[in-house]
Amino acid sequence: MSEPLVIVGNGMAAAKLCEELSARALGRYAVAVIGAEPSLAYNRVLLSDVLAGKLPAADLQMKPAAWWAKQGVTLVYGTPVAAIDRAAHAVVLADGRRMAYGKLVLATGSHPIRLPLPGADLPGVTTFRDLADVSALLAAARPGSRAVVIGGGLLGLEAATGLAGAGVETTLVHLMDRLMERQLDMPAAGLLRQAVEARGVTVRLEAHSAAIEGTTRATGLRLKDGEVLPADLVVMACGVKPNADLARAAGLACNRGVIIDDALATDDPDIFALGECAEHRGATYGLVAPAYEQARVLARRLAGADAAYPGSTISTNLKVSGVHVFSAGDISGAGAQDILLNDRAHGLYRRLFIRDGALVGAVLFGDTADGLYYLDLITNRTPIAALRTELAFGRPALAA
Amino acid sequence: MNAPLPSPQATATTCPYCGVGCGVKATPDGLGGARIEGDAAHPANLGRLCSKGAALGETIGLDTRLLHPMARTGDGPLKRVTWEAALDRAAEGFRDTLERHGPEAVAFYLSGQLLTEDYYVANKLAKGFLGTAHVDTNSRLCMASSVAGHKRAFGSDTVPGSYEDLDRADLIVLTGSNTAWCHPVLFRRMAAAKAARGTKIVVIDPRRTATADEADLFLPLAHGTDAALFSGLLVHLADAGALDAGFIDAATEGFAEVLAAARLEAPTIAATARRTGLEEADVARFFDLFRATERTVTCYSQGVNQSARGTDKVNAILNCHLATGRIGREGMGPFSLTGQPNAMGGREVGGLANQLAAHMGFSPQEVDRVRRFWGAPNIAAAEGHKAVDLFAAIERGEIKALWVMGTNPAVSLPRADAARAALAKLDLFVLSENVVGTDTAGGAPHVLLPAAAWGEKDGTVTNSERRISRQRPFLAPAGEAKPDWWALAQVARRLGHGDAFAYETPAEIFREHAALSAFENGGTRDFDLSGLAGLSDAAYETLAPVQWPVRATPEGPQGTARLFAKGGFFTPARRARFVAPAPVAAAPTTPDFPLLLNTGRIRDQWHTMTRTGLSPRLGSHIPAPLVTVHPDDAATAGLADGMTARIASAHGDTVLEVRLDAGQRRGTVFAPIHWSGANSSHGRVGALVHPATDPLSGQPDSKATPVRLAPAPVAARGFLVARTRLAPPPGLLWARARLEGGHGWTLAGPSDPDAWAGHARTLAQEMGSADSFVELSDPAGGHYRAAAFTSSGALAFALVLAPAADAPAWDAWTRLLALDAVALEERRAVLSGRAGDGAAGGPLVCACFGVPRGAISAAIAGGARDTAAIGACLKAGTNCGSCLPELRRMVDEALAPA
Repeated sequence: MSEPLVIVGNGMAAAKLCEELSARALGRYAVAVIGAEPSLAYNRVLLSDVLAGKLPAADLQMKPAAWWAKQGVTLVYGTPVAAIDRAAHAVVLADGRRMAYGKLVLATGSHPIRLPLPGADLPGVTTFRDLADVSALLAAARPGSRAVVIGGGLLGLEAATGLAGAGVETTLVHLMDRLMERQLDMPAAGLLRQAVEARGVTVRLEAHSAAIEGTTRATGLRLKDGEVLPADLVVMACGVKPNADLARAAGLACNRGVIIDDALATDDPDIFALGECAEHRGATYGLVAPAYEQARVLARRLAGADAAYPGSTISTNLKVSGVHVFSAGDISGAGAQDILLNDRAHGLYRRLFIRDGALVGAVLFGDTADGLYYLDLITNRTPIAALRTELAFGRPALAA
Repeated sequence: MNAPLPSPQATATTCPYCGVGCGVKATPDGLGGARIEGDAAHPANLGRLCSKGAALGETIGLDTRLLHPMARTGDGPLKRVTWEAALDRAAEGFRDTLERHGPEAVAFYLSGQLLTEDYYVANKLAKGFLGTAHVDTNSRLCMASSVAGHKRAFGSDTVPGSYEDLDRADLIVLTGSNTAWCHPVLFRRMAAAKAARGTKIVVIDPRRTATADEADLFLPLAHGTDAALFSGLLVHLADAGALDAGFIDAATEGFAEVLAAARLEAPTIAATARRTGLEEADVARFFDLFRATERTVTCYSQGVNQSARGTDKVNAILNCHLATGRIGREGMGPFSLTGQPNAMGGREVGGLANQLAAHMGFSPQEVDRVRRFWGAPNIAAAEGHKAVDLFAAIERGEIKALWVMGTNPAVSLPRADAARAALAKLDLFVLSENVVGTDTAGGAPHVLLPAAAWGEKDGTVTNSERRISRQRPFLAPAGEAKPDWWALAQVARRLGHGDAFAYETPAEIFREHAALSAFENGGTRDFDLSGLAGLSDAAYETLAPVQWPVRATPEGPQGTARLFAKGGFFTPARRARFVAPAPVAAAPTTPDFPLLLNTGRIRDQWHTMTRTGLSPRLGSHIPAPLVTVHPDDAATAGLADGMTARIASAHGDTVLEVRLDAGQRRGTVFAPIHWSGANSSHGRVGALVHPATDPLSGQPDSKATPVRLAPAPVAARGFLVARTRLAPPPGLLWARARLEGGHGWTLAGPSDPDAWAGHARTLAQEMGSADSFVELSDPAGGHYRAAAFTSSGALAFALVLAPAADAPAWDAWTRLLALDAVALEERRAVLSGRAGDGAAGGPLVCACFGVPRGAISAAIAGGARDTAAIGACLKAGTNCGSCLPELRRMVDEALAPA
């Protein structure tokens, strides 16, 4: 009799974990995946393409229903888990059903941040997190309509370019002096701004949102300086926070996220967490790559193998079609030497940060093909003295 | 663009480079260039051409030409003026100097590049009409010691033999001659003789040159000991009974004394070996070969001539040929290989300070004879200053008016910096030039006259075998350029000598020159063109190459292939003189300057590169100045291959890149002469050369300047390649080479990435290419790369600088420069040097077919086991053959067991 393994959350992390488990621990567990969203796991990263009309929503599906069936995974979706009964080793669904677990994995993702602005609850104000948001936006987005997107990070840029792609007159407002300020330096952010503006998005930097205008539905965004940006849609895309609600309620150790160790275990040895809801060594991740790394480690552990998760070196790939932006590692420049490659005609820009003879950070704009090469160098702390001359040109050609 | 003359067919003319004097057929392409082929009918080369000759078509463009006269008043800048104004200014200046300071204050500095007709008019004007014998020439740097040696031994400046003798010799001794690089076509003839009849080749040179690589026997003698070697040979020939007693008795004088002196200097093979620093066995083998081989030709060049004892070296060689009677007969004789295309013509007209005219000197009878012939009112009656002294006299302020024609003394003279500075002291400095921007033109001339260049000039030249050939025009003169003889005659007219200089054509001048050679000659002078004195204009036009003396015979003018087989020398006694060389002196090194600097030519460049420097192919073999050093000397000085060294003499210093060469004799270093301030920041090697000269010939000792070497490390190296002439970043050493599609600068110096970036950005701004500017900067790592493109997508420039040890070769970028446009996708990779990758690159080895080292290595790796196989697949080495030694070395190295 297989041990029941329950995964709460049906996002990309959960799908990856199932895939890894199927390869490593076939038959050892009876797996059940319980998702709040009423759909199969889908690729959230591609939401902006759906918004822009470049992809049908169906194409986001990570795995077809048949695959899940073939793996023998019990899928429960559209029904959130309401509570964890740790004493009984069971989860309680919102509809009252109980499901026993031997092992429990929390993959509950994150909540989009909703700014506590006056008028934030008006119709026409939305977040940009899931297919439901996208459906709402698509319903409201008509050519000629106007949208304001708050947030100049990954999410906001993807939402704004998606809306602009759908014909919506879109303004992106951002509190900071440059887009993606945590991932990009000023020149790369400048190039990015040009690129998104070329896609029809008006960018307003150092713009402080003060309130949503409107009485029955949103009509605009008022800035602190009093200016009102008229809008039929206001999209809050200023980031996410880990969704640790269930864990916190169940008394698991939480900080910003569910605290896990290098084995992906919470302080309850039968409960694990991964993805955006988890906090490892003080870090939470809002990106898919760390979730996948965690999924691989967790699958190995669940399969009885020895594996540990050391944390992830973050790299960011903006997913806006035709705009290639990559950022990895420490790009603060603190104590670092930098190598700069700039090609105006091609809109290419690279900045590499070097500390103690190793690459510690990289910002790429325009051509991100070498992103993973740099990520490897950063992750492995590869000494780059011998590579330095050619480093900015990417992975060396195979021996000529 | 030069307008081609209306003659679509090939024009037969003569190559303007070395003294081989190859026949060239030039066909204008209608675009300002010309197709160049060797002239199979010319006896000098029988159709062969070397890399330089083959590239002549690439060197006749107008980019760098001086197209109109210029003059300045006072300290003002040079401004364009009419010919009238320029000639007036020159004439006034000479008149003024003559009136105020007399003829001793006037000098001419001429060139072995001038045609005989130009030379004749200059010499006549100076010595006959202005009254100054201060007429010298860059030939002083080239073969003055041969002249002096010939005159001591033969009583005349006569090269006794013919190139045919090289084909028919069984032994060819090359001493002080890198024939393979400097006279490549003759070297091919020697190689052909070797193949056809087994001719042995002995090379005597302190340096293992490309010529030495081909030798049957190489004698790497100690610097300056040639005379001892040939004295030892003389003793050996005497002791071995190999003398031609009949010839010695009948045709020579002084043998016994000279043999006795030789016995003191080099009595035995062992003593000779000690004296010369050679292995005894090698000396013995050489002596045996010489003794046993009747058909022996001894060729000598600058290694013999450019020496404080150059004349003695020449005579030591001549002694051996006289003692064996091996002179003037087929397949044998001493043979001076002349450096310049018309050094011989200059000697013929007397364009040297210690000659008057037409192989006549300054004896009262000769002065009187020439005075009468010319109707000369102010004939110079005594020798003038030879080149080095002439410039010293300018420095001292004694010479106040100078006319320089067709040469670049600010680069080529010893103490070249001092020579350049001296020019500024002149009251009148007239410079006749083909090109703008030479170092000599930087010496603030008062008048700059545009001279007709090769392809435009019309006249004659004489090669090393006394063969007079026509240089014929196939292009109209560029801009307002005029023949030098015309400018000289115009100035002469303005000075009141119109009647004596009423020349309308070069043929008239040639006839007068020939007539002077015949005037009251009667067989007393070797130089006799009596057979050509009545040449019609039409016959001059079609004059076939002919060797002087040329006398009239019933069958027409007859040339002379050989002289002296039966004696008939031109000394008063009509006997050749044996001359004892002075004992070999110790090398002039000091503890401060422990090494000897040898200077010379490289394979693909000519003189100061004003013409060969225009050819991408020729620039590719060795693109930047360097100094070759023996590995042991380098180790002593703390130097390694590729490092930069400061090289200093008592007269100047510079920095050069070190190239290790085990073929360099210990204690000596070698640097090429070709770079100047016009094409490099640091290549003016002439500035280091000491002013020591041969006491008789006045020829500079340019191959033995005491110097020292010390590391002068540079932090950064790199290059700039560009379509147009740009300024390289300030503060860096640079040398510029012509590339396909533009120019390249090799760069070295302190690391300053911020300054490089500023410079590159400014360049891009200035050329309107800021939008296409690409840049890589790694200030902490010392790397900087930038490039920009033209509006049509061609590479405008690429600047690449790196820590010295990491600097990439420029080949990847020079390939891009050659393209009319770089595809947009390729442009992304331009800074990486990965764009346009593919063809095997590296430095050019075969300049004729443009075959780079990489392609040859690939061919060898692909199974080519000898030069013939390489030639079959790449054509490399199949034209001029001057790269064959390098090809052979590459094959040997590749096939040598690891």
